[in-house]
Order: sequence, then structure tokens, then C-alpha cells
Amino acid sequence: MVNKIAVIGDKDSVLAFKSLGLDVFFAETYFDIKNTLEKLAEDYAVILITEQAAEQVDELLLKYKKKCFPTVIPIPSGTGSTGYGMNCIKSDVEKAIGTDILS
Amino acid sequence: MTRLNVNATRMELSRLKARLKTATRGHKLLKDKSDEMVRRFIVLAKENRTLRREVERELIGALNGFVIAKALMPSPVLEEVLCVTDSDFKIDVSTRNIMGVEAPVFSVDDGVAYKSLSYGFASVASDFDESVETLSNVFVKLLKLAEIEKTCNMLAIEIEKNRRRVNALEFVMIPQLEETIKYITMKLDENERGNLTRLMKVKTMINGK
Repeated sequence: MVNKIAVIGDKDSVLAFKSLGLDVFFAETYFDIKNTLEKLAEDYAVILITEQAAEQVDELLLKYKKKCFPTVIPIPSGTGSTGYGMNCIKSDVEKAIGTDILS
Repeated sequence: MTRLNVNATRMELSRLKARLKTATRGHKLLKDKSDEMVRRFIVLAKENRTLRREVERELIGALNGFVIAKALMPSPVLEEVLCVTDSDFKIDVSTRNIMGVEAPVFSVDDGVAYKSLSYGFASVASDFDESVETLSNVFVKLLKLAEIEKTCNMLAIEIEKNRRRVNALEFVMIPQLEETIKYITMKLDENERGNLTRLMKVKTMINGK
């Protein structure tokens, strides 16, 4: 099984990934991000989404967490990390163990 | 704890005893499963944390370089350069089974991962070259992060589900069954005693005549 990777986010952050040959989609508003994500979820195995965008569609990402594909991963944008990705790990640990024992 | 609404018969009793046995065994198995899942999860979560920290640091470096390059180059040139690079990037996707959880595995051929810079250097800022290079180096790690993070997500959800099952068995199902079994045993014993005294009474009545 061969599959594709997509990147969603603001133009400045995601354009760089075009140089790797990934499929890049610009979306900044809530509805843009939501629609793009829903459309891409069917064809792509991995979707990289900037943390700023991920924060806006948080509840939609929860839905994809339960399924094997697509794998939606928050990445920091050009302006730096907001800590969203780290918080995701933290909440996973809290969910599984009850308290964040790793930090 | 409420007891089940069943008839106090021997048949019901043996049925409930069988159920209790299954429930206890299931509880033990699920508890073992939960322990093992948590153990694996902790290993993965630790790896996830260090990997994410690394990837974020490198990625921010690469993206910052890209922003600088973008500022130095006129945007039509930049877009032209980006159009030239090989498109249609694909990875191999398979799944593996971790404690009954289907988790994805991504792999990318080293040959595919390594991209030579396929554009003219004349009009391109050197920051751009560097950022593309860093980006393609960090990419393999990024895929690994995606794999581990997804596995963690799914394991966490599965662990939570499993814990609910264990708790339901431990605190609802098993006490309920035990109480019902006790109730039926008492009831049957009581009937037995009632029967015995009745027989004794009848016997004395017959003898006394």
C-alpha cells in the first residue's frame, strides 16, 4: 500500500514542504481548515497540520484519533511552537494512566 | 448492590455459577492485558516526547530559514522554484498489531527521501537551500513521529476502554453475580429446612396417633 502525505496550514509555514514534493493546502479560517481536512481524510495516509490550525479544529481531530488512517499530526509553524503538540501527548498520558507521570 | 431478577432454582444457580466463573476469568485476562498495554504505552510515550521535542526544534529551524529565504527572494521566483521540485511524493503504509490495536507503520525508501536540489542556484537565496536540506533530513524523523504518536493515541483510547471493561466486571458484574448466587443458595437451603421440619412434624403426628 503506497500513500500520500498532505500539509495544511498558513502559506508561510507550509510552502516549505512543497520543496519535498508533499501536497500542500493553504487554509487559515476555521471552515477552510475543516473542509480541507475532511476532504483530505479520505485520500491521504498522513496529514501534517500546523499547530495554529490544529487548535481551531480540535474536536475534529479527536474523531481521527480513534481511526488508524489518516494520521493527523500537529507540527510547529514558522513562527514557533505553541505547545499544542506537547499538550496532545500530555493528554494522551493522562487518559491512559490517569496522571501525567512522564513530565 | 442489587441482585439479579431471577428465579431461585437449582438450574438458575448452576447457570449463574458458570457465568461467575467466566466473568472472573475474563476480569483476570483483561486486567493482565491492561497492565501490558500500559507498560508498552509508557515506553512509546517517552519516545514520543523526546522525538517530538527534536523534530519541533529542527522543523522550526528549517521553517525559519525558509521565511528568511522568502523575504530575500521575489515571490514569483520562489514559486517557480517550488514548482520545479519533484512532485508526487509517496510513502509505504502498512499496519502492525499492538495488543489488538491496529497501528500504522510508515516507511520511506532512503533513495526517495534523499532529494538532490533540483533547481538553478542563480536566483535562489542560500537560506532556501539550507532549509530544504534540513527539511528533507528531518522528514524521516517526522514520519517516525507520526507513527509513534498515532500508536500512542490509539493505545491511550484502547487502555481507557479496557479499564472501563475491567471496572464494570470488577465492581458491577461480579458482585451482582455473587450476591445472586448467595441469595439463591440461602433460598434453597431455607426451602430444604422448611421441608425437613414439615416432614418431622408429619412424622410425629402419624406416630402420636
